[in-house]
Amino acid sequence: MAILTFREALGQAMYEEMERDPSVFLMGEEVAQYNGAYKVSKGLLDKFGPERVIDSPISEAGFAGLGVGAAMTGLRPIIEMMTWNFGIQGFDQIINHAAKMLYMSGGQFPIPMVIRGPNGAAHMLSSQHSQAVDPFLTNVPGLKVVCPATPADGKGLLKAAIRDNNPVCFLESEMMYGMKGEVPDGEFLIPLGVGEIKKAGSDVTIITWGKTYHKVVKTVEQIEKEFGISVEILDPRTLLPLDENLIFQSVRKTHRVVIVEEAWGFASVGAQISDRIHNMCFDELDAPVERVSTDFVPVPYNEALEHEVLPNEDKIVKAVRRVIYAD
Amino acid sequence: MSSKGKKTVPDQAHPLVALYKEMLYYRRFEERVLVAYTNQKFSGFCHVHIGQEALCVGVQKCLRPSDYMISGYRSHTQAIAKGIPGNQVFAELFGKVTGCSRGKGGSMHMFSKEHRFLGGHGIVGGQAPLATGAAFRIKYMKEDDIVVCYMGDAAMNQGQVYEVMNMAATWDLPVLFIVENNQYGMGTDIRRTTSVDHLYKRALAFDMDHSMVDAMDVETVIQHVDKIVKKMRKDKKPYLLEAKCYRYKGHSVSDPQNYRTKEEVAEWLKKDPVLVLGEKLKSEKLATEELLESWDDEIKTRVRADEQFADESPNPDMSEAWMHVYLD
Repeated sequence: MAILTFREALGQAMYEEMERDPSVFLMGEEVAQYNGAYKVSKGLLDKFGPERVIDSPISEAGFAGLGVGAAMTGLRPIIEMMTWNFGIQGFDQIINHAAKMLYMSGGQFPIPMVIRGPNGAAHMLSSQHSQAVDPFLTNVPGLKVVCPATPADGKGLLKAAIRDNNPVCFLESEMMYGMKGEVPDGEFLIPLGVGEIKKAGSDVTIITWGKTYHKVVKTVEQIEKEFGISVEILDPRTLLPLDENLIFQSVRKTHRVVIVEEAWGFASVGAQISDRIHNMCFDELDAPVERVSTDFVPVPYNEALEHEVLPNEDKIVKAVRRVIYAD
Repeated sequence: MSSKGKKTVPDQAHPLVALYKEMLYYRRFEERVLVAYTNQKFSGFCHVHIGQEALCVGVQKCLRPSDYMISGYRSHTQAIAKGIPGNQVFAELFGKVTGCSRGKGGSMHMFSKEHRFLGGHGIVGGQAPLATGAAFRIKYMKEDDIVVCYMGDAAMNQGQVYEVMNMAATWDLPVLFIVENNQYGMGTDIRRTTSVDHLYKRALAFDMDHSMVDAMDVETVIQHVDKIVKKMRKDKKPYLLEAKCYRYKGHSVSDPQNYRTKEEVAEWLKKDPVLVLGEKLKSEKLATEELLESWDDEIKTRVRADEQFADESPNPDMSEAWMHVYLD
C-alpha cells in the first residue's frame, strides 16, 4: 500500500490498464507532451508513445466522437476533458451517440469508453469553469457516471471503468488532485455501482460523493461533538447505476438523512436519491430528507460570493441541525 | 454480336447490366417503402434515396467488405449496398425483431456489425466524428481499410464535421468524406445558407484532397471513386468528395416541396441515373425493352418478398425495450 495523490492514483490506473490491454489509448488536450493539464497523465507518453497517448486539438465534440467511433470498431478509448465544463461541448457525442449506440443498433455496437476530467468548481474560476455536470449525465440511460472521493477509490474505479463495456463518465476534481491517501498496489478494482460507508454512525446519514465528501469530513467531528450524535457518511461512488440498497440500509439504521452534493439541486442526483428514500423508506424517516447543493445561480468569481453559493461547512451543519430538530 | 440473321442475344453478364439491376432494385425498394409508409404500415420519419442511386451503387463497387461505412438518416439503400439483406432493412422499417437493428433503430438507424455498416445516424453531421474514430482504429491497428462517411450537404455547416476533418487531415486518418449534395438541406436551398459555391472547397481549409463528381452517372462515379480509394489505401489520407446529385422526392414523406420549382425537378429528371442507364443498355444492345421490363418484374417481385418478410416477421418481445441499454 503506497501513499499517493489522487492524480497519481488515476495515473497509475491508466498506466496499468494500458500496459495490460493494447486496445486502451488516451486522447485529450495536453495529455501527452505537457503530461496533462493537471499532470494526471504524467509519464504515459514516455511509456506508451505518441500512438497511444495523443494530444488533441481543442475540439471536444470532435475527439469525444472520435472516441465513440474508435470504441465502435474495437478500441477502448480514454478521453480526457480538461474540465467537464469543456466536456459539455462533447455532449452531443456523449449523449446522442455514445449512450444510445448499443441500444439503437439492437445490441451490436457497445461503446467501451471512459470520458474523464475534473468536475465542479475549483477556486475562483467563475461561472463557465465551475459547473458540476452530474445531473446532466445521470439523466441519460446508457451512460454510467462515477465520482470518486479518495485516491484509492479513484484508482479502483478508474480501472473498473476502463474495463467496463459501456461509456463511463468519470468525474474528478481540480481541488482533489493533490490530496493524498493510501492506495493498494497493482490489481485493485472497485466494481461500478457499489457504494461504501466511509464512516459508520447511528444517528444521521450524510450521503455525499466527490469533492463535497471532504467538506463533510471536515464538519463531522464538530457536529458529533456539538450535538452528541453519531454520523454515518455514505459515498455512493457511482451515481449511475446508483447503489440504492446501501442507501436504504443506512436510512433504516439512522432514520435521518442529509444529502450533500455540488451540483445545482433542482432535478439533481440528490433530488433523485431523496425521491428513492421517500418511496422506499417512508416509514423509516424521523425527519424529512435535507439537501445541500449549490445555490441556483451561476457560480460567481469573488471568493466570498463563491464560498457563499457553494455547499459549505456552515450549510452542512445547518442541514444536520434540521434533521435532528436542534433548531 | 448478331450474325446471319440470328436474333441478338444481349450480354446479361455485362457489368453495366449488374449496375443497372442494382440501381433499379434500390429505386423499386424505396418506391415500395414510400407506398408502405403512405399506407401507414409504419411510421416515424422516412427519408428515401430516390434519384441518388448512382452514387450509392458506384461507391460500393470501389470498396471491399472490410472497409467501413457510416451515413446519415437517408441510408436504407446504402445499408443494403454494404451487404445488409434488403429484407432486414424492410423489417427494420416495420420495427420488427428481424430488422437489422432488431426494430429499435428504424428508418434512420440501420446497423450491421457483420457488414461494417456503422449506422445510419439522426444528428446531422454527428456521424463524421464516428467515421474519424473508425479511421483512427484503422491507423492504430496498422490496417489498410478505409472509412466511407456519407453526409448530406447540410452537414457541411455543422461545426464538429470540421473539427474532425482537421484531425483526420492532421493525423492521416483514411476517411472518405462524401457529401451528397442534393442541394437542399430539408427545404432550404444550400445557396441560402452556405458561403461557397462548391462544398469541396471546404477541404482547402485543411489542406485535404478533394474533388467533385457528377453523381447522376454510375460509371462516372465508379471511375472517379476508384482512383480516390486506391490513392487512399496508399497514402492513408482523408479525402472530401462532393457528389452532385438530386433527390426526386421530398426531404421526407411529409414534405410538400414548395421550395423548388417543377421545372427544376423536370430538368433533373432528364438525368435520372436509372432511366439514363436503361436507355444506354438499349442503345448499346445490352438490353431490349422487353428485357428491361422482365428485369423490372423480377426486381419488383424481390422487393415484394422483402416487404413480405417484414410483414410476416414478429414484433420484438416487450422485454426488448429494456435490453441493450448496457452491456455487462
